[in-house]
Amino acid sequence: MSDDARDRRPDQGPPDAERALQTGDDELRAEEAEAAPQPVVEGIPGVRTALFERARGFWRFAGPLGTTVLAFFMGGLVVLATGHNPLRVYRAIFDGTGLNWFFHVGSHSIRLPFSTTHVWFWWDTSSIAAQNLQQTLLLTTPIILTGLAVAFAFRCGLFNIGGQGQYLVGAYIAIWIGTSFAHMQPFAHVLLAIVCATLAGAAYAGLAGFLKATVGAHEVITTIMLNWIAIWVGSYLFGQQGPLQNSAQKAIPISNDVVDGAKLPVFWGLKLLQGLSIGIFIALAMLVVYWIVINRTTLGFEVRAVGFNPDAARASGISVARNYTLAMAIAGGFAALGGACDILGWEYRLGPGDIQASQIGFIGLAAALLGRNAPLGVGLGALLFGGLINGTSDRQLDPTIFPPELAGNLTTIIQGLVVLFIGINIGGVALFFRRRRRRPS
Amino acid sequence: MADAPLLELRGITKRFPGVLANDDVSFDLRRGEVHALLGENGAGKSTLMNILYGLYTPDAGTIALDGKPIDLGSTKAAIEHGIGMVHQHFMLIPVMTVAENIVLATEPRRGAVLLDYDAARRRVRELSERYGLAVDPDARVDRITVGQQQRVEILKALYRGAEILILDEPTAVLTPQEAQELFEIIRALKEQGKSIIFISHKLHEVLEIADRITTLRRGVVVDTIPAQGATEEGLARMMVGRDVLLRVDKPPAQPGEPLLVVEHLTVVDDRGLEAVRDVSLEVRAGEIVGIAGVDANGQSELIDAIAGLRHARAGRVLVDGRDITNATAKEVLDAGIGHIPEDRHRRGLVLPFSLTENLALHEYRREPDSHLGFLNPKRMQERAAKLLREYDVRGGTPATPAGALSGGNQQKVVIAREIDAQPKVLIAAQPTRGLDVGAIEFVHRRLVEQRDAGRAVLLVSLELEEVLSLSDRILVIYEGRIVGEFPPTATEEELGLAMTGAGRREAA
Repeated sequence: MSDDARDRRPDQGPPDAERALQTGDDELRAEEAEAAPQPVVEGIPGVRTALFERARGFWRFAGPLGTTVLAFFMGGLVVLATGHNPLRVYRAIFDGTGLNWFFHVGSHSIRLPFSTTHVWFWWDTSSIAAQNLQQTLLLTTPIILTGLAVAFAFRCGLFNIGGQGQYLVGAYIAIWIGTSFAHMQPFAHVLLAIVCATLAGAAYAGLAGFLKATVGAHEVITTIMLNWIAIWVGSYLFGQQGPLQNSAQKAIPISNDVVDGAKLPVFWGLKLLQGLSIGIFIALAMLVVYWIVINRTTLGFEVRAVGFNPDAARASGISVARNYTLAMAIAGGFAALGGACDILGWEYRLGPGDIQASQIGFIGLAAALLGRNAPLGVGLGALLFGGLINGTSDRQLDPTIFPPELAGNLTTIIQGLVVLFIGINIGGVALFFRRRRRRPS
Repeated sequence: MADAPLLELRGITKRFPGVLANDDVSFDLRRGEVHALLGENGAGKSTLMNILYGLYTPDAGTIALDGKPIDLGSTKAAIEHGIGMVHQHFMLIPVMTVAENIVLATEPRRGAVLLDYDAARRRVRELSERYGLAVDPDARVDRITVGQQQRVEILKALYRGAEILILDEPTAVLTPQEAQELFEIIRALKEQGKSIIFISHKLHEVLEIADRITTLRRGVVVDTIPAQGATEEGLARMMVGRDVLLRVDKPPAQPGEPLLVVEHLTVVDDRGLEAVRDVSLEVRAGEIVGIAGVDANGQSELIDAIAGLRHARAGRVLVDGRDITNATAKEVLDAGIGHIPEDRHRRGLVLPFSLTENLALHEYRREPDSHLGFLNPKRMQERAAKLLREYDVRGGTPATPAGALSGGNQQKVVIAREIDAQPKVLIAAQPTRGLDVGAIEFVHRRLVEQRDAGRAVLLVSLELEEVLSLSDRILVIYEGRIVGEFPPTATEEELGLAMTGAGRREAA
């Protein structure tokens, strides 16, 4: 199953992810900075604010939507260059994501989750498309959570590149607890594993926040370093002769399997075929939690104040250091929860190969960038990337339409383009051209 | 002095999204005259001058030089046409010498690449002697005073062949003495046939130096009048469109108990140098104590230390008897200090935040704005709506981001928040910086109201006029020390002298 897992893992994630994303960082920072010392032009205060920061309605979606369409268009050109029909390829990828399931309407029956009752249902819950969709949503779950890890820190003015490491720390703790305490009551076992994983991720990321708050170590540097620490500690833990390596087969560098009682319930599809666990509901719930914390709590108020203007926050009696630490900790908690959901939801075991190939944290970062750190945006961005990865995997894509080994690269290309275009900031480009028109020199 | 205008702007219209910054503005400049451009913030002065300096292209209108229409597509074109601008914020390179700064970009060269420094120095010396702009060509720019830096800017413009000089709020950064010296320079330039556009919102200066005055209001020229015979009251009315109270009208102070006591306070700045040295002062209930001084003489550090934003190396700060030395900003706020920061964009407001959120910056953590860590947005909004009404904040609803307001309205938001917290001590640091006449009047009235309500008000301002008209007692700060105490009847000259360290008196 571990091999399976690795295949479906987006190990083809952008090779230069970190560099590309840092560029994004600078752009976004620049945008923030420009938004700060406002009314520059006499008489038209806050034009930028009005246009971009507080864009309402349709315009809030225009930027990300345009970015995505442009990326797909350029990806289509690449497909064209390989001698295939881009429309057919995209259609096949779409079918591979299982999102076409929603369009296959008929008269079917559904077994209510966790019961034996069958009722009439609009869709066929056991079709191939349904299985594809389960896979897509399984991948969407950790991307949502690592996306939130970026989004939450960003609201505090921090750029958390450490989602990957925090996700892994969560996965390790989930494995450790999930493979221990074999006779624990199942619900308590799952809860224990999830809570401990989340807290560990919080502590791990909180460290970066604490260092930023106390000695001013830049969070981009520290979180990147913490990523590597997490990767290699994990490689040691689950590698040959590692302390958490498989106790039965000493030759295989892999962990023990999570005991049945610690697995998240699968409510759609078969456990053996990697059906959909309730992890997706945890992720969706966290989107709501994120919105509430940010917009409706004093904690979120402080985090946003610090994120927009640390000086003003400090002058108003808000502790900047405390908020840096706390925001990073909460961000790390989200990412680690994603790791726990993966381990307890469908992976059940972990080896150094999986650890080193995993890119979920960086895909989450792309989802957050694309979704402009808004809950709905992060959710949709995660679905886009989750669907892309799943739809282009060699299990899903019809090899007669497009060779899957190329398709994986296509995913990488589209991901990279999306991040690149977000970095460029399409809104900024539009503004530039408008200025040019205003002043033909 | 020929009567035919040297420069003529006709029907200039400039539209920005949602705003008409200049509406059919006409303006002319005669050779050898000082023409003042007067107007509130947002009246369109800067837009007009930026058009003249080639930074913006007007949507309509023509610019003519010596009767010939010219096209100013860039600053380079403006400079070639002999138009020079001295910005409010100097554009100098601090580590270079005066001569190097002046010849920058048009350096005299030896061979193709080497700077001919001797030639540069010679040219600078010639220029400075000709116009009476005394400045040492070999001094490094970061080692000379602000007044001298301004001269370097003027020399730079002259070096590039400027016949028309635009001075944008030139006295904002100067002491009264330096301002007088600047006026001497302007008169000398005028005698040499240079023409000067003098932008300001300080009425008495405009009356003193200008030959003619053009007033802008909301992008429209109200009138152009000769300075002779104009009065401050008349100009203020033209600027604002209604009668304005220029002098602060206030009953005599009735000071009570000391609410703010500072004892032997010593504070270091960011570089670790002593910025505040052994300062002792007290502010009593019901009085306004003004601190006068040239910029960067320790005022900011003094206020930061009182407000809990900077560590004090020695000394004590007491609010109503309670020791708040080196307390956190939150403890200081809770002890009853209200703080109107000198930089409202940096410290006073979170610009992307809505007005509701900005007004709740202190209150959000207390009932009823929040309960058990959850905000009460409805209540916050109601409070904001009430405060916006009471403080006459215009141009926004509670949901508007603070960055979208004009400077004056932003300052009203800060003041509303600080006063609504009912502090015992109110610190007002440059509370009217960058505000127009109407907004200044509002701020002054509120400060006097707070004084009369029994609060202790500590006012720090670089505007001597403001300190003189508001304060009940005036302390002069120089190089981090309080060097004198004056009654409000003191003259600007007396204060100005103390501000430059001359005639130092023992602190009271």
